[in-house]
Amino acid sequence: MSNFVDMPIAKAINAGLRKAMADDPKVLLFGQDIAELGGVFRVTEGILGEFGPTRIMNSPIAESGIVGTSIGLAMRGYRPVCEIQFDGFIFPAFDQITTQLAKLTNRSEGFLKMPVVIRVPFGGGIGAVEHHSESPEAYFAHTPGLRVVSPSNPNDAYWMIQQAIASNDPVMFFEPKRRYWQKGPVNLDEAPLPLHSARVLREGAQVTLVSYGPMVTVTLQAAEIAATEGISIEVLDLRSISPIDFPTIIDSVKKTGRLIVASEASNFVSVAGEVAARVAEQAFYHLEAPVLRVGGFDVPYPPAKLEELFLPDADRILDAVDRILAY
Amino acid sequence: MQTKLVFVSQQDGQEIPTVQFLSPEGEFSTSGEWEQYLPYVNRLTESDYLKFYRDMARIRRFDNEATALQRQGQLGLWIPAIGQEAAQIGSGYGVGPNDHIFPSYREHGVAITHGIDLMSILKMLRGVNHGGWNPDETRFHLYAIVLGSQVLHATGYAMGVNFDGNVGTGNPDVDQAVITYFGDGATAEGDVSEGLLFAAINKTPQVFFCQNNQWAISSPTKSQIAVPLYRRGEGFGVPGIRIDGNDVLASYAVTAKHMDDARAGLGPSFIEALTYRIGAHTTSDDPTKYRSNEEVEHWKARDPLLRLETFLRKQGVGEHFFEDVKNSGEVLAEEIRAATFALQNPPFENMFKHVYSEPHPLISEQLAWLEDYEASFESEGHVAHESAPDEIQGSYYGGDAS
Repeated sequence: MSNFVDMPIAKAINAGLRKAMADDPKVLLFGQDIAELGGVFRVTEGILGEFGPTRIMNSPIAESGIVGTSIGLAMRGYRPVCEIQFDGFIFPAFDQITTQLAKLTNRSEGFLKMPVVIRVPFGGGIGAVEHHSESPEAYFAHTPGLRVVSPSNPNDAYWMIQQAIASNDPVMFFEPKRRYWQKGPVNLDEAPLPLHSARVLREGAQVTLVSYGPMVTVTLQAAEIAATEGISIEVLDLRSISPIDFPTIIDSVKKTGRLIVASEASNFVSVAGEVAARVAEQAFYHLEAPVLRVGGFDVPYPPAKLEELFLPDADRILDAVDRILAY
Repeated sequence: MQTKLVFVSQQDGQEIPTVQFLSPEGEFSTSGEWEQYLPYVNRLTESDYLKFYRDMARIRRFDNEATALQRQGQLGLWIPAIGQEAAQIGSGYGVGPNDHIFPSYREHGVAITHGIDLMSILKMLRGVNHGGWNPDETRFHLYAIVLGSQVLHATGYAMGVNFDGNVGTGNPDVDQAVITYFGDGATAEGDVSEGLLFAAINKTPQVFFCQNNQWAISSPTKSQIAVPLYRRGEGFGVPGIRIDGNDVLASYAVTAKHMDDARAGLGPSFIEALTYRIGAHTTSDDPTKYRSNEEVEHWKARDPLLRLETFLRKQGVGEHFFEDVKNSGEVLAEEIRAATFALQNPPFENMFKHVYSEPHPLISEQLAWLEDYEASFESEGHVAHESAPDEIQGSYYGGDAS
């Protein structure tokens, strides 16, 4: 009998971090304001009290320093979990992540393992000022040597953070910040899937709708509305952006013949584009219509009063459903 | 009367105190100014002095041979360290047997003091691999080409040494320190400043060893710094000292003392070794375009190897020793040359190895594709192309899997 507990995503990540820290004394948390405050989103709240200041440490406000020293700690045998405060603040660390963290295993011909997790609250929808609502995941998915994942629900959040920490490769862990307080059941006994597997969240026959992270909630809403109109949509949650579980997507598209990929990220040179390209290569004769992408516009993330228009909602997805079915 | 090396700050015209035990004329001075370092000089035996000279001469001969190999097309690039042998050999021997070293990319001299096979360095510059030695085993970490990046790795590693309790126990088998090398040019990178800050806050067992060779490719130090480099750490809480980087004794003694202090738990410190890059930045560089012959000649007269030789001859070291060093240098050059010619190109599979530590579907898929592609030439009766990546066209994935 599995042990289910209802909790929001933020608490599920917190519980997953505690479990990983209890299981392995080499796991350390490092980031800005994460100790006493528990981070600006309170994801690490209470961990200082349970594990003490040798396991969770506030860092100076220097993202390159956080990641660069975490690389050194990993070389020493630690398993650092860094928190980057907001998506738009990750770029000072971009060099250490892409030229060092991603390449040191390769440079050392396997002598160095890089079990570093970088947690990044990402995406919009919280009415924030500039640099607090971005979706930079494609930059990292484009970099060989990194693994990139994003949970969409509490159960995945609880398990995927532990799986990411257990990985000997660096993992970019993108947290859907506008869903932090969305509750759901967490199975404390059994991991649902391996870290890099996609999941079919809702079965359907006419259209495959793929997304990840914060957009998954929107795709489920869209599928629900479509069902009332007699349209059957299969909803997939990628969960992993690098690598992508293509076989699960291809199987679904072979069944439905139509694919829509939705994300908050701008469409140009995006994860959605990569999914579309792969489906065109591997399921071309199964497609009844062109693959459509529903994403953010190719503009800087707009001021908060415009973000509802920037972010795809259920109506935008249903508009794409109408177009794809009209073929 | 020895010549005391005196440097003048570009900012305020003040003299900068500089640790020196061996003058450019090869005179030894035991003036009391640097007495905290004297025990480290005094403990050196005759064989230590001869070892320093032998290694400095050996690495210079290697360096010249590598330049020749590059000129003959055997290496893609060479990065000469000529003129910096005292800074590197001296400091390298100041590092203890449990300490860790985080080099930049010009530390060939430091490498030989810790047993790195010089062919590992030449393999990298020939394009056979990107490094590939085991940093855990050698304690000499991989070369870092992105300037300053290694300083943060060293600082993180040293934080880990602290967390593990390998500092200040007084047990030489337990205590460890970390040294990181970087140049004057790299000090402009934010990572160096962040490394100093994180080190000071965490009181890491660490030495920041800056070789100021006075040129960052074509930019002179004065165009990159406004305050002398040995003071760079002060504001972060990392005290600094300048040494004559062409004096192997100062380089050894000051490094050894600061590494001892770091191991003892006294925290990080900064050493600026003032030296001079006699050669080019790399073999792609032409230093005659940006600096005068007079300047180069001035510094050649302060050559670290010549200085030590003069000193040793005055101490009565005979010609046979220098002959022997010269001959063994020629043997080394021959060996290096032959080994470089014997280097095999890596098999194409190597490109896919170690991208990740754990299996990754994209990597497996692309390796399988390239294997099939290469094999297709053999089945058509052709020999597989040596430079296959140039030949790849179209999709990796071979179209519709249906």
